[in-house]
Amino acid sequence: MRPLPISAYTVTSALGAGRAAHLHALRSGATGLRKLAFDTNTLDCWLGEVEGLGNALTGESARWDCRNNRLAALALRQDGFEDSVRRCRDRYGAARVGVFIGTSTSGVHHTEIAYRERDASTNALPDWFDHRHTQNIFSVADFVAAWLGLAGPAFAISTACSSSAKVFAAASRAIAAGACDAAVVGGVDSLCLTTLHGFNSLQLVSADICRPADAARNGISIGEAGGFALLEPDAGTPVRLIGYGESSDAYHMSSPEPDGRGAIASMQAALARGGVEPHQVDYINLHGTGTVANDNAEARGVCTVFGAGTPCSSTKGWTGHTLGAAGIVESAISLLAIEHGFLPRSLNTRSKDPAIEAGILLESRNGSVDRVLSNSFGFGGSNCSLLFGKTP
Amino acid sequence: MKSVFIEAVGIAAPGFASWTEARQVLAGHVQYNDVPLPPHQPALLPPNERRRATPAVRLAFQAAEDAMKMTQRPPADLATVFASSDADLNIIHRISTALTITPRLVSPTDFHNSVHNAAAGYWSIAVGSRAPSSTLSAYDSSFAAGLLEACLLTQIDGHDTLLVAFDLPPPEPMLAKRPIGCPAAVALVLTHERQPNSLAEIRCAATTQSESALTDPALEALRLRNPATRALPLLEHLAAQRSGRIVLPSARDNLAVELSLV
Repeated sequence: MRPLPISAYTVTSALGAGRAAHLHALRSGATGLRKLAFDTNTLDCWLGEVEGLGNALTGESARWDCRNNRLAALALRQDGFEDSVRRCRDRYGAARVGVFIGTSTSGVHHTEIAYRERDASTNALPDWFDHRHTQNIFSVADFVAAWLGLAGPAFAISTACSSSAKVFAAASRAIAAGACDAAVVGGVDSLCLTTLHGFNSLQLVSADICRPADAARNGISIGEAGGFALLEPDAGTPVRLIGYGESSDAYHMSSPEPDGRGAIASMQAALARGGVEPHQVDYINLHGTGTVANDNAEARGVCTVFGAGTPCSSTKGWTGHTLGAAGIVESAISLLAIEHGFLPRSLNTRSKDPAIEAGILLESRNGSVDRVLSNSFGFGGSNCSLLFGKTP
Repeated sequence: MKSVFIEAVGIAAPGFASWTEARQVLAGHVQYNDVPLPPHQPALLPPNERRRATPAVRLAFQAAEDAMKMTQRPPADLATVFASSDADLNIIHRISTALTITPRLVSPTDFHNSVHNAAAGYWSIAVGSRAPSSTLSAYDSSFAAGLLEACLLTQIDGHDTLLVAFDLPPPEPMLAKRPIGCPAAVALVLTHERQPNSLAEIRCAATTQSESALTDPALEALRLRNPATRALPLLEHLAAQRSGRIVLPSARDNLAVELSLV
């Protein structure tokens, strides 16, 4: 593929709002995960909560108001992202800038609250509940397009935890085909009881903090996040998307294929599309959820493609598993690693699982980073690998 | 944008149990008869997955399996795009209800079926495909968004692609908030190269023109009852074997499809 410059990007998670907060936390080794109260949750677990989502969206945005779109709005306001999009929109025209946003649960927390407030006699949902602008999967993409004043092709990709990695592939295709001249990609997923209790029902939520690749790891910590990137084919910026790979496991709805065969297919497709050899990749940002099954299968896949020598880590010990936003969060971290010459360690990993042979970073490292591969895998066996590189 | 080729069509909607039935009606040879869609037992699913598959997944499979009857192509070779406004609001209803009751007991099967890409996951397992697969939503414009993404996968990445659009009515009280009028699914197989059995060549572009409607009032009503049946003007051209321009509703600008018979 023709490398696709990334002219702006931003991320907001439990580590804070914007890139500087993320870089600072990654360098200082401070997790964003806390044991705290969310809504009426009583599960004993660590959460990666974003601060500052208490205020309702108002004015023209009022009908979109829900936790997920509040998080989208907060993330859009960081790092001068709106200004970059405005410049891009002025240059190409609103109808020529696409919007591709990943989410797994969109505004479903709004629905959870509405169900508590059903009418006692009729069972009707409350008048304030607007399904289209909150719970519907497209809501967040529609909101982002409206907020930024964009009118190009727009859809929400929802493939569970690979959602906001796959938006880069969709946008890359749309630009290559001439369906748009530039694109905003991103992902937003917010805390809700559905995912907390859902993952808990599958015994995947840990009472301990998320410890990717650790010998004693026993599950995920759920987080929330929003992030965006602006893809512009002729921007002269320091970082770019150089490859993407997508695959399916064809194995099980909620367990990864144990040998990582689907993961191997997506990683190899990303390398092939980028014309990059495995030894040219300086760092792999793993999906690394902290479940026994994911981390084993992914490490097997990584070793098959790269051997055990390529430095790799999951950054979910910092942010938690932000589900449909994991792709964009970890893309932003990958881009920070390239721009700042920094390899983040696998936070909270005390001793590496002997079954894992991949080169898990137990200490962060400084050094030149030219190319990074970022993995995102989801339920339904949906895999996506992205390859980012420095502009020569 | 470059063109792609349609090789197969599938449908499952009230009065349309298969493309064989639908094409007779859409070509104007037979009167439309609005009868409920009988439940479908997916032929391709292994027993474990068949037991767990939800009505939404079965609906998607019905159209997908119908389309596969028209092609010799092994289904495992096809990339897939699943387009659905809401996938399965029955599950969201059950989980949201369960979360109002103490203790909060969410069914693990419900949770893994609640992902928007459940149908895609079941399909890849059923046909043993490791090919790329995407699942997307664009509310009532989900068919056009899915068609665009399927065309892009086909022409840019060179994957022959199965597109499946599907939605079904939620239960009350959600139905009042999301009034999807009937279950419906539409499937297309798109190929990169022209094949001996290609039905038509299509080329997509954005347009500010308004969306195409159907002249038959009963069919026009069906078009508006479900996001997937927004595809009917395109299917009408295929059934009547008529080249032409179809405008599909999209989120901002609409999507024009130039269709030429081959």
